[in-house]
Parts: sequence; C-alpha cells; structure tokens
Amino acid sequence: MRHTAIVRVTHWLTVVSFVALLVSGLEIVISHPRFYWGEVGNVNTHPLFTISIPSSRDTVPTGYNYVMPDQNGWSRYLHFEAAWVLVLTGLVYGIAGLLSGHFRRNVFPARGSRNWAAVRKVLAKILRRGPPDEAEAHSYNVVQRATYLAVIFVLFPLVIWTGLDMSPAFTAAFPAAVEVFGGRQSARTLHFFVSGFLVAFLVVHVAMIVLAGFWPRMRAMITGQAAVPPEAL
Amino acid sequence: MSTISRRKLITGGLAATAGVAGLATAARLARRYGLIPPDGGGIYGPGETLTYAAQRLLTSHSLAREFPRSMISNPPFRNETAPPSDQYTRLQANNFANWRLTVDGMVAHPTAFSLSDLRALPVHSQITEVACEEGWSYIAEWIGTPLTHVLNEVGVLPQARYVVYFSIQPDWWESIDMADALHPQTFLTMGMNDGDLPYGFGGPLRLRVPRQLGYKSVKYITHITVTDSLKRFGKGLGSASPEGGYAWYAGI
Repeated sequence: MRHTAIVRVTHWLTVVSFVALLVSGLEIVISHPRFYWGEVGNVNTHPLFTISIPSSRDTVPTGYNYVMPDQNGWSRYLHFEAAWVLVLTGLVYGIAGLLSGHFRRNVFPARGSRNWAAVRKVLAKILRRGPPDEAEAHSYNVVQRATYLAVIFVLFPLVIWTGLDMSPAFTAAFPAAVEVFGGRQSARTLHFFVSGFLVAFLVVHVAMIVLAGFWPRMRAMITGQAAVPPEAL
Repeated sequence: MSTISRRKLITGGLAATAGVAGLATAARLARRYGLIPPDGGGIYGPGETLTYAAQRLLTSHSLAREFPRSMISNPPFRNETAPPSDQYTRLQANNFANWRLTVDGMVAHPTAFSLSDLRALPVHSQITEVACEEGWSYIAEWIGTPLTHVLNEVGVLPQARYVVYFSIQPDWWESIDMADALHPQTFLTMGMNDGDLPYGFGGPLRLRVPRQLGYKSVKYITHITVTDSLKRFGKGLGSASPEGGYAWYAGI
C-alpha cells in the first residue's frame, strides 16, 4: 500500500523517539531494578518482582558485589526530550489520521471483517503459510488492523499516561490520573509492562517486515511508493 | 514520483518561514515570561524547556498530593548520606543552638534565623511522598514552617525570580523559582513523623519541595539567597544538579 507523507514522517520520528526512550528507560531502571504495587515502594518494602541485574546504586540489595556506573542524568534528560518528540508526533499523526480518514480506511477493520470468522481465516492462512492474497498487498488484514489499533490507541496512550504519573508536578494537578492505578509505584510498574508490550510489538513488526520483503517495505515507508508494484501482481 | 511543482515549492517555503517565525516568537515570549529553565541550552534544552514551560503554564498553583496518616511509611527509607562535616558535628554537640539560617540577596532585611526563631513562625505539617529519581518512594509527615513565611519576614524585593539554597555539606545547593518558593507546601522542615528531623533525613533543617523529585529537597540548610538571575551561581546552570548531569527542574 502507499503511505502518505504524514504517515511516513511520523512513523520514522516515532522510531527514533521510541529507540531513545527504550535505551534511556532501561538505563533508568538499572538504578532501581525493583518493582512494586501501590503508592510507595523502596528497599524496606516488599517488591512485586525484581530484575536480577546489578544496580547503579549501592543502596539497592541486588546480591551482586558490583555497582554499575550511574547514567541517570543524561538518560533522564534524553527520556523526557524523546517523550516530547513522541507526544507531539503522536498528536500530528492522530489529528491528521482523523481528518484524512487514514484511521477509517487503513486502521479500523473493514466492515466485512469485524468478526471472528475473518480473524480465524487470517490466522489459519498464516499457520498454513499460505501466500498473501491480492487485497493484502494493498491493505492490512483484520489481525494487522486490530494490532495497530491496540498499539496506536491503547499501548502508546497508556505508556504516556503511566509515565506522566511519575511526575510529582503532574499528579499534583491531576491526582486522579495516578489514583486510578492504585498509586505511583503501580503506575511505574505498568509503565514497565506496557513498554514491554511495545517492544514485543516492535519485534513482531520487524519480523513481519523481513518476511514480507525488507527492502520493498522499507522503500514503501521511506519514499511512499507501493511496496508491491501493480504490474507485479 | 511526481516532480515538485511550483505551487508546492511556494506553499512549502511559506510554511517553513511561518514555522521559523513562530518558533522565534515562542522563544521570545518564553524568555519574557520566565518559561526557560537555567539548563535550557544544549541538546536537551528543548525538552527541558517544553517540560518546565508546560508545568508553569498548567500546574503552577496545584497542591502536591497529601495522604492519610495510615499511609506513612514505617520505617521510612533513609537514603545514603555522606558523614557529617566537622562544622555539622560541632553544631550538633550544642544541640544545634548555634545553627543559623542566613537569608540574604534581594531582600529588604537580610536575617540570620536560629531554629527557635523558625519555630516561632507558624508551623504546619504535611503528609507527602518523597519520590527519588531512581524510582523508589516513601510517605512521611513533614513538620516545619512554609518558606513563604520566612520570605515574608525578610521582605522579598519585587524583581526576585529565584531562591537559591545551600547545604552545610560542601557543593550541595539547589534553586527553585518563585512559583515553588512561595508555594504553601514548600517547607523549611524541622520535624518528621512527630519527632525531630533525624540526620539521615536532613535534620535539623531541610527544604522540602514536594512537587519536585527528592533531590530538590536539600538537607542541612544554612543559607538562602534570593536572586533575579542564576547566572552568577556556580556554572550558571541553576544548581549543583545540572553540573552533575541532572535536570534543574525536577517536577518532570
């Protein structure tokens, strides 16, 4: 399918900011690789789970006899700058997508395919390793659309929301935004899990691109040319 | 692929010009209304400026969340602290009777307050959360006098824009803008959970800034300076934190 200029530009801005957020986010986690549920959490309280890595702070009991170098300063600066890029890019993409009909045409499942039979048909074909049919060369099937829908309208808003919940000035103004999750530490834990789901999406997304033909798909997302030229069908 | 038409070139050029002019106007307005943080330069400057400006425009007067007494963390988490300096130990031997908080700079009456002077001012308490940039947090009751009372005593001059505060420990200083300095929950804290503020938590005097992360709540405060510019302090980045690589504004 042909991607519009807005889709292509916002796609790559999202890629750049997401990678920056992921690297800096992992770096920040190293300073306290323990996760909690509720309002408060520290080394005196029971964690929900811990990640078995050495920490960059020697106040955290990790079982390792080693303290990692502290990288939080630049990581936090980069995390919040990249978050702004992601949020502003998301706003442009969201508004343009609504106005242009991009969501209606390309993302919401087509009228005939909003049922389990259509989903089963797609999954069965994937399991049989059947070739894509002609329609799939030009648009997304129902499983792809449902996935993009979840990523665009659930996972990204949720990761931004739970991230904001860790801002003491934001929660001062909007306390309900953190209280719905049961507190600051719950929001931090959810931020970690939602990021994990986004990474899982990224892995599957890149795997699909590779399976579908890496260079034609890359060209489609960079230049806007159709991934499969019509004469090839 | 279509070649770029003249119309596209003209509209694109106009849009780019409007964008640059818009950004320049936004930067001028941001500077005029004090929306650019002291560490607003460099590659992370745009992100910091957006964060600080957004918080100042949208959340300047909001109150940090307060919690019921039942949610006070027991025990609270005592973060690492350097061993007390000789100067601190000498003052401690005398039960801090000679501890002084010097308030100077852009004020009508520079004053040195003893701890009992501060206790004579209206004393309030708040049950708020300390959240560290590392990720941990705890809730405690903080008892002290709001900084705004001390600033009223010394008479802050109208051109004041920032309050800089220094610890007795070397190279430990921070600053906040007037929105946080005059905020009713910004406390000169002397007590914690119904007792004196222990050494590990910043006793005898800690400035609590509950709408920002823990590192803005500097321990062992002995000196406060009111100023209209942060350029003259340290490397001019606002506080010791940006000099160590951390953001000046920690409200996120």
